[in-house]
This record gives sequence, C-alpha cells and structure tokens, in this order.
Amino acid sequence: MTVSAAPGTPRSLFGGRRTGDRLFSRLTGCFALLVLLAISSMALEMTRASAPTLLAFGAKFALGTVWDPLHRVFGALPFVWGTVVSSLLALVIAVPVSLGVAVYLSELASAWQRDVLGFLVEMLAAVPSVVYGLWGAFALAPWLRASLEPWLARWFGFLPLFQGTNQGFGMLAGGIVLSIMILPTISSVSREVLRAVPASLREGALALGATRTEMVRVAVLPYARSGLVGAALLGLGRALGETMAITMVIGNRAEISSSLFAPSYTMASVIANEFTEASDPLHLAALAELGLLLFLLTVALNIVARLLVARVGRPLGGARA
Amino acid sequence: MRERVGFRQLVDRVVRGACLLATVLALVPLVSVLGFVVVRGAGGLSLTFLTGVPKPVGEAGGGMAHALVGSLQIVGLACLVGIPAGVLAGIHLAEFGATRFGRFVRFSADVLAGVPSITVGLFVYALVVARAQRFSAYAGALALAILMLPTITRATEEFLRLVPEALREAALGLGLPKWRATLRVMLRTALPGIATGIMLAVARAMGESAPLLFTSFNNRGWARTPNEPTASLPVNIYTYATSPYAEWHEQAWAAALVLVGLVLCMSVAARLLVRRRPS
Repeated sequence: MTVSAAPGTPRSLFGGRRTGDRLFSRLTGCFALLVLLAISSMALEMTRASAPTLLAFGAKFALGTVWDPLHRVFGALPFVWGTVVSSLLALVIAVPVSLGVAVYLSELASAWQRDVLGFLVEMLAAVPSVVYGLWGAFALAPWLRASLEPWLARWFGFLPLFQGTNQGFGMLAGGIVLSIMILPTISSVSREVLRAVPASLREGALALGATRTEMVRVAVLPYARSGLVGAALLGLGRALGETMAITMVIGNRAEISSSLFAPSYTMASVIANEFTEASDPLHLAALAELGLLLFLLTVALNIVARLLVARVGRPLGGARA
Repeated sequence: MRERVGFRQLVDRVVRGACLLATVLALVPLVSVLGFVVVRGAGGLSLTFLTGVPKPVGEAGGGMAHALVGSLQIVGLACLVGIPAGVLAGIHLAEFGATRFGRFVRFSADVLAGVPSITVGLFVYALVVARAQRFSAYAGALALAILMLPTITRATEEFLRLVPEALREAALGLGLPKWRATLRVMLRTALPGIATGIMLAVARAMGESAPLLFTSFNNRGWARTPNEPTASLPVNIYTYATSPYAEWHEQAWAAALVLVGLVLCMSVAARLLVRRRPS
C-alpha cells in the first residue's frame, strides 16, 4: 500500500513525479493529522475548562452526593449513578435482542430476509436522538405509567426495583429508550464479527451432524466471543454519552434510588440542561468536568472495545459505531 | 437415540424462533416511532409551518421555516469543512496508511467516532464560543464537522481499499504518477461507495441536537448572518417538546416529521446507491 510497495513507481527517471507524490502524501497527511488534532485538543481543552473544579474538589467531585449550584457545592455521584445504571439497564435489554438479531440475520435468514430485515434494523440508527426523546416522552412514558409499570409492580413488586409510584418518566423509560438506540450498533457490529468467523468452522460442525443452533453454539459463538463483547462495549459507550433522548424521559432529578420507576439524572443530561444557564464560572467548570469524565470513560471503553473486535479478524467495516 | 434427535430438532426450532422473534421485537420501536411521528406530525404540518416563523407565545400559528433553513445552513457549512477533510484523510489512510502514523490515525478515528456528541459540543464551546463571546452557526457547523470527520475518513478508506489493485497497476503502467492514479482512477471507481459514507454522515449530522445546544444555540427568528445564534430543527424539537404548551408540542411533532423525512430519505438513498454498485 505504501509508495515503495507499489511496483513500477518511477523512482528517479522523472524527479517531478516523485515530488508530486510526496506532496500529495504530505497534503493528505495534514488532513489525517486533523483527526488526531481533534481528539487530543478535545482532551486538552476539556481539562483546561474543568481545571477550577478539579483543583477545588479533587476526588470529592465524583463521590459527593449534593449538587447545589447556588451554594457552589458540586458532587456528581447521582449523575454518575444515573448514567451508569441507565446504560447497564439498556445493555441488559439490548444485548440479548441484538444477539438474536445478529445470529438470525447472519446464520439463519434467507438472502432476502437478510436484506430487508437488516435494512430495517439499520434504519433504527437513522432516527435522530431527539425524535426518540419526543416519542419516549409522549408515547412510551404514558404507556409505561398506564400499563407496564403497574403490571411489573403487581407481579414483581416484592423486588425493590419495582416499588414506588409509577410516573412513566424515570430510570426504566431511560433504559428502554437507550436500549432501542444502541440496538442497531450492537447488532451491526455483531454481524460483522459473525461474518468474520471462518466458514470452515460452520461446515465442520454441520458435517458432524449438528443442527443450525448447535453449529452456532459450538462453532460460531466461541470463536466470535471477544468480538461480541466488544460489540456490547461499543453499545455501552454510545449509551453512556447519549444525551437528548434520555434527557427527555429520565425525569431529571438528582436522586439515587433503588427503584427503576424513580426519576434519575445523567451526566450528559445535566450538561444539556444547565450549561447554557450557568453563569458562575465554578458551575461551568463543574459541568465541563462532567463532560471530561464522560469523554475519558467513552474513550477508554472504545479503545478496549475496538481491540476486542479486531481480535476476531477482519477490520471493522466503516467507522460507524 | 431417535428421541434425542427429535429433541435436538425441537431445540433448534425453538432457538430459530427466538432469534426471529428478537428481530421482529427490534423492529417494533421503529414502527411505533415512525407511526407516531407521521400521525401526530401530519396534524401540525401546513404551508405556514414550512414558510412562517414562530408567533409570540400564546398566539396560534407560526412555523419553523427559520429552523429548517438554519439546519440546512449549519449542515451545509459543516459539509464544506467535513467532507473534503474526511475524504483527503481517508485517501491518506488508504494510500499511505501502512505507517505507524496511519495506524494511529485510523484507531483515533474509530475512537473519535465513539465520543459522545455532547462533549464535542462542550469542546467547541470552550474553543470557539467562549472566546468569541457569541453563539453562531459557524460554531455549530464546526461541531457537526468534527462529528462527520471520522465517519467520512473511514468510509473513504474502506471503499478505496475495495478498488481492485489491477486498476492502479494499469494506471501506473500507463505512466501516470501515483497521485494522479489515485485521484483519477481509484477515487473515481470508489466514488459511489464514498458518496454513501458521506450521505450517511450528513444524515446523522442533520439529526444531531446535543452538539448544537451550546454552539449554534437557538433563535426565535431569522439569523441575519451565520455569525449569530441560529435555530435548527433538532434543537427546536427539544425546546418545543419540553415546553408546557400543547400547541408547541404539536409543532414539535410536525418538526420531527420534517426532520425524520429528511434524514430517512438521505439514509435510504445512500443505501440504494451502494446496493446498485456491484451490478
């Protein structure tokens, strides 16, 4: 792929050409550098913006439970809790479903089903976040309040998860909306991973008399395991940083509750809600530090996830994550 | 032995059924979201909605023409930066990317694609808005361009790599320098695929609201220049949906219908473009 690897590149006969090629490589390289510049200056700029609270609160920032901009007390734990729990809830819902989708589309479906259903699942990713929020607030939350939550409380009310007043808006609504939004990510990366499993493994299992299900279980899934974990982590990364949809359904109250019916608040949501109204520099810095935490968390998750996915073999198709 | 085979076939059928069920289940939200958007959005959609600007609070009527134009303006400005930068970076990765620098950039692009869009908004706020002391369409466009960059870079690289090596060899054999072979032969062959990647990135940028909250902000009327706070459809949907007025809710649904229509048309067109390619 490099210049020297291409056979027959004129080396010395026409000096002008070599200059042209070198110039071309340098020029395009500058734009490739932009990608590095974007991500590194993002880290730098966010650290600078959050310096006041980093210095004033240190680790107490992430562990404090009181968030009171008026009295300049900033503890982010309720937001961290809301972010992590809603994202994990989304994973619990989305992983089994997306795994089913990926297995069905790559191992069981006929060609036309794969085309049509695969296309439709990808359309889920095309719907804008704020539209999911609108739907969540005006369609999902009322349904949860009227139907699903009373049902859950009736049959599983002995669990602390399903106690308390059902308001529709809350952790459960947030988790469900997030799960819908990360489902296409997890299922499309999982499909890529399954596609990278060598056909000979499948043929071997089938030749030994395995049914399709047994083939998937003994030959495909073990080979693809690390990639599937990577797919789930990529989904988790998206869930952690998702903003608009969850802001519109999670209820936006900074509380730590054991009930999924209770309202909660996420890091991304509090940034979205308070940033333009904050005038106190310390308040702005606190919000920037939440952004920095979110940034570092998702970058770390993405690095791990990409390495896991790459282990299964083929490079990922596209940067769409 | 015979019963065992029967049992295994039963398990097989159950698992297949469960996987199909999961796929159908995954599509329920899509149908529900699109159904709600069409049914509730159609009520508020009218000529005044598409051509007017908001009336004062409490007065009926008015529209979102300024937000529609604002969205197109911000996304258009983002394209001016994001598309050339992404395509050129992708060319570098595909043609000269076997170096350590190339691998590093490739990995960074993948990581950048996973960075939450709201942190990109915060970043552009700190970088541009805080220094210029004003919200502007330019700042919003920069945020969207940063979001588009990794997607377009990686798509360009992937599709350039799919071009058969024989084409390059033929071009070089005819005496073209490498840079001209890349631009005239490789890039042209990969163009439909690259266009697909670009359209998907643009469609996604069109629907983004979180990065615009602190960059282009919002505006109740027309922005005279791109250097002013500018309304956009996604931010307006958010503002209207979280307001207490029922009329505004109806307008939010209508705006959602317009936005979803735009975004889905682009996504569908992008996918049809690449599907037609192999034949």
